[in-house]
Amino acid sequence: MSAALIEARGVSKVLAGIVPVTLVQDISLAILPREFIAITGPSGSGKSSLLYLLGLLDLPTTGEVLIDGQSTTVMTEDERAEVRLTRLGFVFQFHFLLPEFSITENVALPMRALGRLPPRAIVARAEELLDSFGLGDHRHKTPDQLSGGQRQRVAVARALANDPPVILADEPTGSLDSVSTTQVFGILRDLVALRGKTVVAVTHDLNLASQMHRRIHVVDGRLANDETAAAPA
Amino acid sequence: MNLILTIAWTHVRHRARQTLVAIAGVMTGVGFSIMMAAMMEGSQDDFIRTLVDALPHISITDELREPTRQPADIVYAAAEFHGLTPDVRRPGIKNPMATIASLQTWVPGALTPSVQSKAVLRFAGRNLTTSIIGIDPRTEADVSNIATHMKQGTLNSLYRASNAILLGDRLANKIGARVNSNITLASAEGASMNATVVGTFHTGFRMTDETTGYVLLKTAQVLERQTGIVNEIRVRTRDPMAARLISERIGEQTGYKSISWQEAQEDLLSAITLRNVLMYTIVGAILLVASFGTYNIISTITHEKTRDIAILKSLGFRDHTIRAVFIVESLLVGLVGAVLGWIFGYLLTRGLASLEFKTPFSDYNHLPVLYSVKHYLLATGVALLSSVVAGYFPARSAARLHPVDIIRGAT
Repeated sequence: MSAALIEARGVSKVLAGIVPVTLVQDISLAILPREFIAITGPSGSGKSSLLYLLGLLDLPTTGEVLIDGQSTTVMTEDERAEVRLTRLGFVFQFHFLLPEFSITENVALPMRALGRLPPRAIVARAEELLDSFGLGDHRHKTPDQLSGGQRQRVAVARALANDPPVILADEPTGSLDSVSTTQVFGILRDLVALRGKTVVAVTHDLNLASQMHRRIHVVDGRLANDETAAAPA
Repeated sequence: MNLILTIAWTHVRHRARQTLVAIAGVMTGVGFSIMMAAMMEGSQDDFIRTLVDALPHISITDELREPTRQPADIVYAAAEFHGLTPDVRRPGIKNPMATIASLQTWVPGALTPSVQSKAVLRFAGRNLTTSIIGIDPRTEADVSNIATHMKQGTLNSLYRASNAILLGDRLANKIGARVNSNITLASAEGASMNATVVGTFHTGFRMTDETTGYVLLKTAQVLERQTGIVNEIRVRTRDPMAARLISERIGEQTGYKSISWQEAQEDLLSAITLRNVLMYTIVGAILLVASFGTYNIISTITHEKTRDIAILKSLGFRDHTIRAVFIVESLLVGLVGAVLGWIFGYLLTRGLASLEFKTPFSDYNHLPVLYSVKHYLLATGVALLSSVVAGYFPARSAARLHPVDIIRGAT
């Protein structure tokens, strides 16, 4: 029995068409608890595609992805949605917050979709998460009233709403200035160090990647290198 | 608030102008549907009510259901008859009082004998063919509402003179007769008599008011030159709608031709049914057109919210939740539109009912309308159903969105 939170076994993704395009080719890897992983590679190498496959946002053409040792290939779309809701948290390059809702409501959305907590507890937890990322004073604001860095912190808070063990981040600092980049990266690092989460982040920034535990380098959809640092960054 | 409702409400609230246009579409559809149904059913009800009030619910006449067979026809399989002279005298209903007594034991309602006759009415050099109805004033009020339509005199005025007659007011005006005028009646049977006008009535039906006169039974029998004849038994049932079934049973029991008001007015009732089909088709079409507005707004929102849908799906929202969000949005538009449509429809109906007009066929001076909860519920039901259908297709497309396609496009 694997202790891996996420495991990819010979995963490939080919886009059908007159000329089929291979995005990911035969990648196998395991993501363990409390890992801080960078997926790196040149543009168009298949980093994001690999992340979407690991996050069940996309289905592999061949191979399979296991979450907590369970194959997701045989799951229904609803079951995969349930896994995304409870076991995975997503942060994208652009904040992808719902513009008509306040940031508290945005953070509350996954909890409301899950429906395990009463409404008051949901609001309390959303506010607590926002407080912990220094956004307590902005809880009634809508995303367009915040800076880019603040929005991205809200997105991280939303990813943590249902307390998933794994956070998947696609270029989380890609659209941020250097100050915000440092802040958001610090938050992601603290998620691993202080909250015991596993963070898998696609990044172009080799400097940030060098500060992470493990670096998975993808070239032309293939796993070119999987390097683990000697000691936690 | 429920999560689906929260998202749906937020979406429609933030597209205020488009939402209001869609709501206005549903409101107009529902409003006009209610008004049309109120007008059509109101005029139909009024027409039927007047018809039911003016006519006997069941008319039993002295015609037999099956023509009498000749004795030779019964004996021989193939027989031909030439030169037979049928009896010119109307047979009348045999033992009419016994028949009435027998029917009274089970028919829910009232029965009265009458004599139908035709006569030429002469007065001041004018001749008019008139339907003469011989009645019993003591029981007539139980089967018709002629007593309530008297303008001058009463039914009992028929006892005032030896040959008394009540005339329709239009008929009286046409010949220039007034109460106490002496007129002459000449029947097709060759009988002629002087009669005194003792009253006038006004039913509101032009045909009746222009061509009908009421006399006592015995006066009509004299005109028919058949003492004691009763050629019609008129029945008023407690439930007018049950007349058809009761009529069939009477026909079976007595062997005489028994016609309910529905049967007598079958052509008109068929026309009303056809009119109803047309009405509901038009009402449906109005609401269908309104649903295009709903489809438009939901499609627009779905299109604008593609990225949000991808986000929600990536967060773990299920397809049916996404679908439900957009169906609830169209339901919100439909529901608000329907509620506003109730008010609009009510006001339109009130406005229509207050219009005054004159028709040559009757005395109505206001358009009859019917206020019925059924119309409101029906219009709301159709509006909500078309809203759901209008919202379903964009909702289905939204639920089928592949989040990765949108996220890739956005990044």
